[in-house]
Amino acid sequence: MNDIAFNRLLVVLRHGPHGSSWLREGLEVALVGAALGQDVSLLFYGEGVTALLKEQQVGPLAQKGTQPMLEMLPMYDIESLWVDAEALATYDLTLDELVVPAKEVGRHEVSDLFQRHRLVLNF
Amino acid sequence: MRYALLVQGSPYSNQASHSALRFSHGLIARGHQLATVFFYHDGVYNAARLALPPQDEPHLVDEWRELHVRQSTELLVCIASGLRRGIVDEQEASRHGKTGHSLEAPFELTGLGQLIDAGLTHDRLVTFAP
Repeated sequence: MNDIAFNRLLVVLRHGPHGSSWLREGLEVALVGAALGQDVSLLFYGEGVTALLKEQQVGPLAQKGTQPMLEMLPMYDIESLWVDAEALATYDLTLDELVVPAKEVGRHEVSDLFQRHRLVLNF
Repeated sequence: MRYALLVQGSPYSNQASHSALRFSHGLIARGHQLATVFFYHDGVYNAARLALPPQDEPHLVDEWRELHVRQSTELLVCIASGLRRGIVDEQEASRHGKTGHSLEAPFELTGLGQLIDAGLTHDRLVTFAP
């Protein structure tokens, strides 16, 4: 945990890519923050870890998918990505199955992660 | 302290807006300032100009307006969330060829940058979500 910089904005994503607009609207905040020059970190927490699964499709609801937004993160210099280790285990996932590189964080370390950010927004 | 609120719940569907308003009244009563409220996600419906709740229920849209009168609280509505959900001001309505508008002053349509800005320039940002 000590290698993270004192990033200013942490966006916590707690919803999967389908079923609601929470993930999309959370990612939009992250991209806007980065476009405004903030250092942005993302924490994929609980169900939010499923946002990172590869090969997602748009689906029959014809809403824009969130995977293209995730692929844009490096272009916005959003490289501090954290995933909830417990949720990864719950969904039986490993880091190499994720669409972008991310680091695991234990639930007991989450409060520490929050404290290292000036602004935390929860979606 | 200068407070900002982020409201993400639709009025009358869940408790988020009620709680946000009660919190607003509480912090003002203790001598703090409610400088900004940002409405995002389903929270944009808090700005619906045509909301007509039964007379024996709190009128949440009017309560937000009242905060603006009392404290000059800025009532900011995310334009992307709003337009998708039919929350548009007169200017956007005419730009898109619509005959009516659903949002008016003191509420204002604005971008997400204002949310980030509120989070960084106020002493506290408190989120009210469903």
